[in-house]
This record gives sequence, structure tokens and C-alpha cells, in this order.
Amino acid sequence: MMTADELTGIIDQICPMYLVVDAGGRMHFAGPTLKKLRPDMSWKGMTFFEVFDLLRPRWVNSMDDLLKTAGTKLHMQFRESPQTSLKGVLAPLPGGKGALINLSFGISVLEAVRDYDLTSADFSPTDLTIEMLYLVEAKSAAMEASRQLNLRLQGAKIAAEEQAFTDTLTGLKNRRAMDHILARLIGSGTDFALMHVDLDYFKEVNDTLGHAAGDAVLQSVAQVMVDCTRHTDTVARVGGDEFVIIFEGVNEPKVLEALSKRLIRRLEEPVPYGGKLCKISASAGTTLSSWNPAPIEAAAMLHQADMALYAAKRAGRSQHLFFEQGMQKDEPQVAAQSQA
Amino acid sequence: MHGLINRAIQAFVVSTYGEERWSHIMDTADLGFAQFEAMLFYTEEQSNKMLAAMEKQLERPLPEILEDTGTFLVSNPQVEALRRLLRFGGVNYVEFLHSLDDLPDRARLAVADLHLPAIELVENSPGQFDLVCQPGLPGFAHVLMGVLRAMADDYGDLVILDHRGTQDGAEVISITLVETDFAEGRTFDLGAHAL
Repeated sequence: MMTADELTGIIDQICPMYLVVDAGGRMHFAGPTLKKLRPDMSWKGMTFFEVFDLLRPRWVNSMDDLLKTAGTKLHMQFRESPQTSLKGVLAPLPGGKGALINLSFGISVLEAVRDYDLTSADFSPTDLTIEMLYLVEAKSAAMEASRQLNLRLQGAKIAAEEQAFTDTLTGLKNRRAMDHILARLIGSGTDFALMHVDLDYFKEVNDTLGHAAGDAVLQSVAQVMVDCTRHTDTVARVGGDEFVIIFEGVNEPKVLEALSKRLIRRLEEPVPYGGKLCKISASAGTTLSSWNPAPIEAAAMLHQADMALYAAKRAGRSQHLFFEQGMQKDEPQVAAQSQA
Repeated sequence: MHGLINRAIQAFVVSTYGEERWSHIMDTADLGFAQFEAMLFYTEEQSNKMLAAMEKQLERPLPEILEDTGTFLVSNPQVEALRRLLRFGGVNYVEFLHSLDDLPDRARLAVADLHLPAIELVENSPGQFDLVCQPGLPGFAHVLMGVLRAMADDYGDLVILDHRGTQDGAEVISITLVETDFAEGRTFDLGAHAL
């Protein structure tokens, strides 16, 4: 027959977190890893319930109760801080001499390893704890790499979207952005005004001073338009020298009349380029959403602004007109003249 | 080739030679992008172009660069995670060497689509090993050399490594353990990593 010391020597190696308690609940032996969790405690002679708070099963209040749990899962925690939670299972010793309780950390192992400075020597070689720690750490590293990738992709997506809605030469919105904004305003029932602006004499600048001069003029025009409008308005370049300005929340022609005058005057200020002055002007036509019956259609409003613009061109350029019923765009000989 | 491997090489070059050299390498490789993503996949051709460009730009033999990459992966604090994962393999260097047989499986546990060639440790006599590295990832044996060397330092052991060339298609690295506890190794706390 083995002595108790010989027996516990074997158990130490196989399950280093065990306890041997007698029928009265007093502890006689504790495994080496368990002792490491409370290095200053004497263990021997203390009772199980002094050290541990048994959480489940709830009906266990005494050593007699505890013995009846044989084979089922126990949940407990240390009474004193750190109150590491433990799982356990009890096996009664023969002859009513108490029980052997084997413990493990369960999911609390991550904190336990940190709190108690455990090493792989504290776990039995057959215990999968080390593999689990490896896996947690490997997955965290892989997850972090994935998260970083997601962040970069999201940044790239925002930049790509921004680019998809931006006219690269002027930094203004493009036609696609304008379509989105019109759809949003119409959908929300917000009043707005739509101004179609077309540059006059721009083709001459391009033809005589070159495309680089033309680009410089377009950039200057974009700046003027941004300066003359509010932060909440949208300025979009929708063609070579065509622009659309959307004024959100505007249903008052007077405001727009003054603004268009100021805009055209500013656009007529010559733009210096390569020692020369580039002179252009602009014509503009405007319509208001409040003039249109519901349901408002973006295409119809664009068409109205367009007709007003061509009426302004026909009337001698460098001016602004509001849309009126009966305006016509397609008068062949005039259309041919206004190829600015 | 898995993005993690390409990215590891990128991290080594950027950290050792600087961002600018890496940009030159990627310009020469002409892949249309400048950064590898760890969690994406790249073709063999893309990786090979990058490796060829790197060899040309750094003016060093590729095996040497790859070995330094292996050392970097273990010893640089930037990539502490990998060193920690390798240290889970064993409490001493010999145990670590034996754990290398499981390395491809362990790698796959962490990143399911990361396939490393099979490696097998043969113990010829106490302290004398051959590591047989199966084909599948050109240059992997050289990276492993660097890893083995750096891990020996990590455990504080002195080893001699020798790339023995190719036998039956597999590359063989001979490992001679000269002295254990030759120097103070780096500490390894199981739970030191903030999760």
C-alpha cells in the first residue's frame, strides 16, 4: 500500500491543482500550482469553506453537501482578492475519509496566468492550457492584423468615394455628386434653387493661350464660385465650362438675382496667366424647386435652368435670367452662335 | 504567397533600410502597389518580383537577406507577437526545436490559410540535430536559419547552424547545441501580453 506522501507525489505531477479534504472539510494536501496561488497561506488545517466561496451548486452549504456533489461540476472562487474563479470536481475517498477535489481555472486562466505569474511548469504536460494561451494570443495577433487592414481599407474607401464625387481639376463636386445631392433634397422636400452657369469666351482663352491657361481659368472660376456661395450650397462642375450651383433652402428670387450679379462681375475680373490676362464672363439661368409641382423631377429642373441659361446667352451673354414658362432652347441659328 | 510573409519581409526592409529603400524596391518590382497587406494573398509571381527587386536594390545575396529577416522577426520588438508564439513551443531550446515539427500546424491554427512547408527535426545525437525543411516555399529554410539563431539567443543558448544544401528536394539545416545557458536569455511570461 502506498503512503499518503507517495500518493500525493504522483497526483502533484498529474493534476497540480488538487485538494485533499477530510470528512470535516479540513484540507490536508494541496497541489503545487494551487499553493502557488496563495503562497503565504498554510492550507493544511484550514477548512475548504474558509478559503473558497462555492458559487454553484447553490444548495451546498456544508461538507456533507459537498460530498454529495461527487462527479458534478463545481464553481467556486477564492474568498480573498484576487478572487480568481475556479472550476472543480470532487471524488470521495474510500471509507468516508473525505474527498479529493481537482481544480482548474476554466476561462479565468488568462487573468490567472498574469496575476500569479504562472509558467508552463505549473501545468501538467497533458493540460491543454498552454495550447489555449497560444491560440488566444495567435488569434488576437491575427485579429489585430485584420482590424488594421479593415481600417486601411475603410480609409481607402472614403478617399475613393471622395474622389468619385470630386472634379479633380477644380476640387468642386462632379455631376455624379450633383445627382446625389438633388435626389437627397427632392427626397427630403427641402426648397432649393438650381443655377446653371456657362462660361462665355472660355473657348477663346483655350484656343489662344492653350489648355494650361484654360485650366488655370477653371480653377480660378471654381474659387470665385465657392467664395460667392454659402458653405451649405453645392458647386459642381458638370461639363468642360459648365457649372451647376444648388442653393439649399432658398426660395427667394431676389437673393439669387443679387448673387448672380456679384458672381458674374467677379468672374469677369481677368485672370493673370503666364504674363497675359485671361478674360471671360459667364451666363446663368436659374429655377426654383418651389415653382415646380410635386413630385419634383431633377431632370425637369435641370432642363428649366438650362433653358433660362440659353435665354440669357441669346439676350447677349454676361447675364442671369430666371426660368419662365415658354422659354425655348433649340433655336438652331442662335444655338450655333452661342458655342462659346 | 501569403500576405503575412510578404509583409514580414517588408517590415524587415523598412526597419533596417528605411521607407525609401522599400519604395525603390517596390518601384523596381513594378507591382502597382507599394505596401503588402498581412491579411491578403499575393501570387507567387508578385512575391518573386519583389524578392528579385530586393536582391538587386540591396545588393546582397537573397539567402543572406532572408536569414536576417528571420532574425528580425524574432528579435525586433515591433514583432514581439511572433517571438512569443514561438516561445510557447517549449521551456528550453531543445524543447523549442522539437516543437518545430508542429510549426506548420500551429501557424494554420492562428491563420487558417497560412501554409508553411513541413519541417522535421532529426536528433542525430544529444545536442546535434538536422532540421529537414520540405520544399514549397523557396527561401523558407534561410528564414528559418535566422529564426533558429535568434531563438537560441532568446533562450540564452549557443548554437552553430549550417545550411547543408538540398537532400532529396528538402533543405537541411544542421544544428549543433554548443552550450546551454551560455548567456542570460530573455524572459518569457505566459501572461505578459495584454489581451
